[in-house]
Amino acid sequence: MNFLRKKLDNLKRPFGKGQKWEKYAPAINAFDTFLFVPNHTTHTGAHIRDAVDLKRTMVTVIIALMPALIYGIYNTGYQHFIQTEEAFTFLDAFVHGSWKIVPMIIVSYVVGLTIEFIFAVYRGHEVNEGYLVTGLLIPMIMPVDIPLWMVAISVAFAVLIAKEAFGGTGMNILNPALTARAFAFFAYPTYMSGNKVWVSEASNIDGISGETILGTLAAGGNVNYSFFEMFQGSIPGSIAETSALFVLIGAAILIFTGVGSWRIILGSFIGAALVGFLFNLWGANALMSFSWVNHLVVGGFAFGVVFMATDPVSAAQTNKGKWVYGILVGVFCILIRVFNPAYPEGVMLAILLMNVFAPTIDHYVIQGNINKRKKRWASALKTA
Amino acid sequence: MSVGIRIRRGATIQLKGESEKILSDATPSKTFALKPDNFFGIVPRLMVKEGERISEGAPVFHSKQDPRILFVSPVSGTVKEVVRGAKRKILKIIIEEQAGDVVTHKIPASKSLNRENIREILLKSGAWPFIKQRPYGITADPDVTPKTIYVSTYASAPLDVDFEFLLKNNKEDFQKGIDVLNALVENPVILSVDAAFSGFFENTKGVELLHISGPHPAGNVSVQIHHHTPINMGEKVWEVRPEDVVNIGRLFDNGQYSSQRILAVAGESVLQPQYVKTKIGALISSLTDITGFDKSQQNRFINGDVLSGKAEAPDGHLDFHNNLLTIIPEGNHYRMFGWLPFMDNKIPSLSKTSLSWLFGNKGYNVDTNMNGEERALVVTGEMEKVFPMDIYPMQLLKACMANDIEKMEALGIYEVIPEDFGLIDYASTSKIEAQQIIREGIELMIKEAG
Repeated sequence: MNFLRKKLDNLKRPFGKGQKWEKYAPAINAFDTFLFVPNHTTHTGAHIRDAVDLKRTMVTVIIALMPALIYGIYNTGYQHFIQTEEAFTFLDAFVHGSWKIVPMIIVSYVVGLTIEFIFAVYRGHEVNEGYLVTGLLIPMIMPVDIPLWMVAISVAFAVLIAKEAFGGTGMNILNPALTARAFAFFAYPTYMSGNKVWVSEASNIDGISGETILGTLAAGGNVNYSFFEMFQGSIPGSIAETSALFVLIGAAILIFTGVGSWRIILGSFIGAALVGFLFNLWGANALMSFSWVNHLVVGGFAFGVVFMATDPVSAAQTNKGKWVYGILVGVFCILIRVFNPAYPEGVMLAILLMNVFAPTIDHYVIQGNINKRKKRWASALKTA
Repeated sequence: MSVGIRIRRGATIQLKGESEKILSDATPSKTFALKPDNFFGIVPRLMVKEGERISEGAPVFHSKQDPRILFVSPVSGTVKEVVRGAKRKILKIIIEEQAGDVVTHKIPASKSLNRENIREILLKSGAWPFIKQRPYGITADPDVTPKTIYVSTYASAPLDVDFEFLLKNNKEDFQKGIDVLNALVENPVILSVDAAFSGFFENTKGVELLHISGPHPAGNVSVQIHHHTPINMGEKVWEVRPEDVVNIGRLFDNGQYSSQRILAVAGESVLQPQYVKTKIGALISSLTDITGFDKSQQNRFINGDVLSGKAEAPDGHLDFHNNLLTIIPEGNHYRMFGWLPFMDNKIPSLSKTSLSWLFGNKGYNVDTNMNGEERALVVTGEMEKVFPMDIYPMQLLKACMANDIEKMEALGIYEVIPEDFGLIDYASTSKIEAQQIIREGIELMIKEAG
């Protein structure tokens, strides 16, 4: 460890204060701090600090994403091979999926981190870790056959417009990963919906039946999957969203570590279940009579709610606000699914919509606190 | 009458090196120091010159805003040095102890004591700075009649003192001090005590007892006031530390300014953590001569607790108010892959991304490492967990950063002082300096709104 430390210190010398590459220090620091927690000591304020930092928090989210990602990679191969009707093993499916998905992840990280590094150097601050999560989320919520250049453009759009334009990490209104997907969805609709995009190499296969469940329902078709298939996730869909089971494992990690807000996750499930149940009672069409339990496990609902609605920057920030925000995400998700069949996947739009309204929700919560205080002042004046 | 306050949100951080209940005398301190910075909001005007002889209890400087507020020498001797910083700001006045006179004030018989002459004696004798005023935690304004006075004997900060033990030889002076303070206000003094333990404070006469339980920051007076009778706009409340109640009591007993300080010397680096008796402003080394400390490593000496205390050089002096001197190792070392979840669980953490909660029984080792770098505010909800007041801490911090006075006022700036944000400093994922932000916010409030 000391040997490595010395090497690094030598390497960093030209980036030091007053040296010729000082401007680029954030770039080298970003790598250095991934090996070592720096030797900085407290100078103002509390003399001791918690072991948690933003790196640890973000890495925890990445760990929570792993089960869904690994299953997503397998499911990509699985969906391909059952359509081609070839015999395959678990490993075949996994390798097939990896060939598709790993390049997307690499493209996402390279493009996104390059932009982040440029902005860090330009603005003179350290590289924020937020993109480590965003960069992994973006490929996980794309259809598998989307061309890599589209991934690259979506990433660039999300980082530049959704994040850096607002002032960088911590300042953005919209969740960057969902912005990337929304961009791709509206810019390249033929690659983002229909029955050809959800199965890997579908264009080479004749007579494909790779429509998502929500797409089938929106078109008035019948769903031929059992609840267990939907829950386990062996269904077509965006790469890593299909398995409610593995998403819930991630949710358990986020909730246990306190990194994801249980209020938002639980609130969303309650909101969606409630509206889904009411529509079941109404039951005017196929989407309405689709069981509320199934609504919770199909499509991107679980994934979106657990990993994207909980993004602390774009969600509501007060505890009361988180409940309201969560419940409304669930409510709007089902509403959009049922009433707007042009966008069968409601969760993306529901979360983006609530991202916009989150500051308003917080405003009213805070205003309640302020009014309480002012009322107390007023009554104290009266009695005085 | 007694009221109970139970605090749920917060955290008690168990650290190694708690003081044993042994009381020793400090070795004689060659020099003593007064530091104007210990009195928030005071601009000093010197009343002595370097080399001048000075009696014990004679004024050293006064407040520029209110020349009646005097700051007096804890010992007799010679003014050795006036240490100045940038823009000739006075950092400390060092007095070398020599045998000499003691200033004695005439104390009227206790029957003829009233608000006016008590105030005058406190001001003249230099005991006035023992009284702090809310909002803001500034030195009290003599022209104010406060709503009430709070005295908190419930200390909850890491390694904090046990006032029951600390003042065990000063019971009578404590009662005397309470009587004097009671004469200053209309409502009885509010004395907060540990709900789980009834010691001699329970028998104090003429006070309203407040039984406090729960984790830090339950011992902070802000939290107690907030749950008892929160401060409204325009209201003033005073606060006196328990040992200063004793010092005031003693002043009214013998007419002499008393500067007794019993400190718990605690922390991992201390060899024999224990209580040491000395006077305000003594040399830190006169305490560590008794307790010893680990000289094989770099240490941080903190006047106060690890969350809200002030760093001081090992050859420096004690501050004015603190009853705790904490010494912990410096943390200027690297940790490989320390950012991975569940790594380095020996570092105390309030986050469940660490298993440290499994290892806390015997107290944690700590050092001054930042354990990360400062980042933009991302994580929400963590501040509320350690901030047991009906105030939105993050929003208040943001209002302070934006210098938005109206918002700071509406969000509760009158009810807090920087130390209340000590745990937020500690727990923050983004390593923000919350106490610093609040201090600057309060300075702005004083400047703009008075």
